[in-house]
Amino acid sequence: MKVGVVTFPGSLDDVDAQRAVRVGGNEAVPLWHGDHDLRGVDAVVLPGGFSYGDYLRCGAISRFSPVMVEVVEAAGRGMPVLGICNGFQILCESHLLPGALIRNDHRRFVCLDQRLRIENTRTPWTSSYAEGAEVTIVLKNGEGGFVADAETLDRIEGEGQVVARYLEGNPNGSLRDIAGIANERGNVVGLMPHPEHAVEALTGAGTDGLGFFTSLAGLAQDTFA
Amino acid sequence: MPKVVVDVMPKPEILDPQGKAVLGALPRLGFSGVTEVRQGKRFELELDTVDDGVLREVEQMAETLLSNPVIENFTVRVEG
Repeated sequence: MKVGVVTFPGSLDDVDAQRAVRVGGNEAVPLWHGDHDLRGVDAVVLPGGFSYGDYLRCGAISRFSPVMVEVVEAAGRGMPVLGICNGFQILCESHLLPGALIRNDHRRFVCLDQRLRIENTRTPWTSSYAEGAEVTIVLKNGEGGFVADAETLDRIEGEGQVVARYLEGNPNGSLRDIAGIANERGNVVGLMPHPEHAVEALTGAGTDGLGFFTSLAGLAQDTFA
Repeated sequence: MPKVVVDVMPKPEILDPQGKAVLGALPRLGFSGVTEVRQGKRFELELDTVDDGVLREVEQMAETLLSNPVIENFTVRVEG
């Protein structure tokens, strides 16, 4: 499948994400924030970083970039979209995902190998994991505290929209230990940890993140193009 | 030139780590008696004219860009 990776001004992990897409067996297509063009891709990754310098709020300016108009429209048609870290923040600001991400409760940047449980394996990004799989994926964020009102939290838990949860300690104050969520349809996933940094044994804690990039292969070609 | 001020504050139920950091720093500087600090943002918009229509538009700006209604409240007022 052709997987687009958007580069915003201030994106950091776009090249790693492109590499992870290729390691996962798909074709990586660079996308530019200023273009109204998804270049015929089948899925989109919004990578980590500090798009637009995190000015105003993380993801608040990126949400209104030309490429996001296309991403929001394609996500509405069911195209798989994965937002990692800053990408997760952009998806929340875009209202493609519920809730918001605020500064870590302890006010320090975290950078660690994080244990996670994959709770929803019915999304196009997580189908190659076993339900309840416990994995280690690097986490690095300053504003990774997932918050939403209690009613929203109850709803996303009840509907099975929690994709991943922190294990062995909550690293950033996320409510109910939520590390990643999906929209109701399941095609849009936001994740605070960085699976693109956990796809090769040479670097990082292992290859537990690879599943996020191999899961797409299970989808029929051209379903969303 | 008329000025419209938009104040954006984290909702009361949302944790405000920055406010907490300020609260923690005050006693270290010898300021006592402050029991709570909430930190927000203030936007000053200079406009050619201000009328009800303009204020409604500023409300829209505040809702869509200046604040995130999921975690923040805002107020709009004319100043000066």
